[in-house]
Amino acid sequence: MTYAQAGRAALAQAMRADQRVVALGEDVGRGGIFGQYQGLADEFGPARVIDAPISEATIMGAAVGMALAGLKPVVEMRVADFALCAMDELVNQAAKARYMFGGQARVPLVARLPIGIWSGAAAQHGQSFEAWFAHVPGLVVVAPATPQDNFTLLQASLACGDPVVYMEHKELWGLQGEVQAAQPAPLGRARIAREGKDVTLVTWSRALHVALACAQDAAAAGISVEVIDLRTIWPWDREAVLQSAAKTRRLLVVHEAVRAAGFGAEIAATVAEELGIPVRRLGGPRIPVGYSRPLEDEARVSMETIQQALRG
Amino acid sequence: MSADRLLSLFHTMARIRAFENAAEEASSGGVAAFGSTLGAAKVRGPLHLSTGQEAVPVGVCANLAAGDAITSTHRGHGHTIAKGASLEPMMCELFGRATGFNGGKGGSMHIADFSVGMLGANGVVAAGIPIAVGAAHAYRITGSKAVIACFFGDGAINRGPFLEGLNWAKIHVLPVLFVCEDNRYSAMTSTDAMTAGPGALARAESLGIAGLACDGNDVEAVHDAAAELLGRIRRGEGPQFLHAITYRVKGHVSVDPAAYRDRCELARALEQDPLALARERFSAHGIAAAELDRIVAQAEAEVAQALRAAAAAPFPDGEAAYTDIQDTGAGQWQ
Repeated sequence: MTYAQAGRAALAQAMRADQRVVALGEDVGRGGIFGQYQGLADEFGPARVIDAPISEATIMGAAVGMALAGLKPVVEMRVADFALCAMDELVNQAAKARYMFGGQARVPLVARLPIGIWSGAAAQHGQSFEAWFAHVPGLVVVAPATPQDNFTLLQASLACGDPVVYMEHKELWGLQGEVQAAQPAPLGRARIAREGKDVTLVTWSRALHVALACAQDAAAAGISVEVIDLRTIWPWDREAVLQSAAKTRRLLVVHEAVRAAGFGAEIAATVAEELGIPVRRLGGPRIPVGYSRPLEDEARVSMETIQQALRG
Repeated sequence: MSADRLLSLFHTMARIRAFENAAEEASSGGVAAFGSTLGAAKVRGPLHLSTGQEAVPVGVCANLAAGDAITSTHRGHGHTIAKGASLEPMMCELFGRATGFNGGKGGSMHIADFSVGMLGANGVVAAGIPIAVGAAHAYRITGSKAVIACFFGDGAINRGPFLEGLNWAKIHVLPVLFVCEDNRYSAMTSTDAMTAGPGALARAESLGIAGLACDGNDVEAVHDAAAELLGRIRRGEGPQFLHAITYRVKGHVSVDPAAYRDRCELARALEQDPLALARERFSAHGIAAAELDRIVAQAEAEVAQALRAAAAAPFPDGEAAYTDIQDTGAGQWQ
């Protein structure tokens, strides 16, 4: 099944198992713009698959109210860029309610904020903000790269009881892959996507697939790359990363988000502090995503750049 | 309104007034702003007083059942007390003590008592509106008969969530009473000068939400208007709007002397003090002033007890800063 279908299947399964799970957002009644809600309105009805006006702040804020009143809302934000209209509701309300009310209430919601550069969608539909939300105490940040992980991590996110910023990548919706319904994927656990011994490459989301292709090429050139799919950005799997880096003694972090102040800096700094080994990080240049193909390509991390970094 | 009912409302207003007066005194030196300097205050940080606005929460909440809920604002002590919260854990929270409603994690601006349906004060203007709408939506989904009263100030009507939240409540026919507690000021600026058009109720009506305007200093007027609107909500007629016009007697925060406003304006407002207005009503009921004085003294004694308890209560341990944040990744604070 595809990455989009996997997310849909996970949500449908959760909605069947738990009446408290509802979905709300723009166009969810018609399957969502990427089809990730296809058929859910038919199965669960408009009371639980709730069409919303174009009111991002209130979609998120109402989800906070629903959660405080005992529901488990899945919040559709269309693209992560639009969630910027709901920053107070996400950062000041959802992330803080449990703490500032002294544990009297919790906000178990999953906010789906699709990230990533996406086929000519330009500067306001293609940003990757995972580092912003990783910076916010109270939030969990998840970025699945495969259909399997989109299934299991969405389920884990719905089950965890914390507010989760769930970041699917818009260029992965059509990605095909096997999905085992029973396979566990706890939040906060990375996955070794490829074993290697010369260099540890930590990545997530769509960049995983670019990284795996680069690792394949590097193997042909005699460099053995261990690729770690971080999967959860916060809490990130320090143990897995440190264990691998301690073995390979070299670290490269690759993400699509802008490199400056990106989450790669946190990982690289931690590994440098803990292990004192050479670290590098790659990310997009600090430029807006342009519309025209050559401009858009400039915002991506190219395979050539990664290959060059792997060669050291 | 019966004399007993009115006495009960008066008592709650007196408790709020006594609480605000005590909190104000305890906050002197608690924040460095408006030219005041930091001192050894019991209550730290910005303290937004609802002195003079007591009739609004009291009149509204008298019509709510224990299972109903409210959302509140940064100026939320009156709402919290009117919904039935106890004074002692409230004062403890203001004093930052472990025994406060929020364990000292919230303070005045985030005070909450979920056990009485008080779903939280809020440090962000208008932020309680979508939250109230969402809670009401949850009631609809789960088949609960509960309703929610959503308090916000006149400044909130110029924020986007006001439009979004009212629109949402209307299209989904949700059981929300929107209460615009209009104290005429948006922080330090006259709301009139910052607001286009005919005001809060007209904005609600433009979305098809019916409502009433009332004298927000007249507790009977607020009570009766809220009773009418909540009746409509409970009959399934969807969200309703109450525009209760009152006046912010104090500054934006307790240390704000409100030097930007006309003294005559304040003097005129004080003539309309809600407790004084209520006292006038009692003469028609044949209730002596001494009886009312006794109620005020009782409220003040309750607050004095809360103050003593708060001053004696322990502060939270530093470790408490690391609890109730999130379960996923708990312990990974670096």
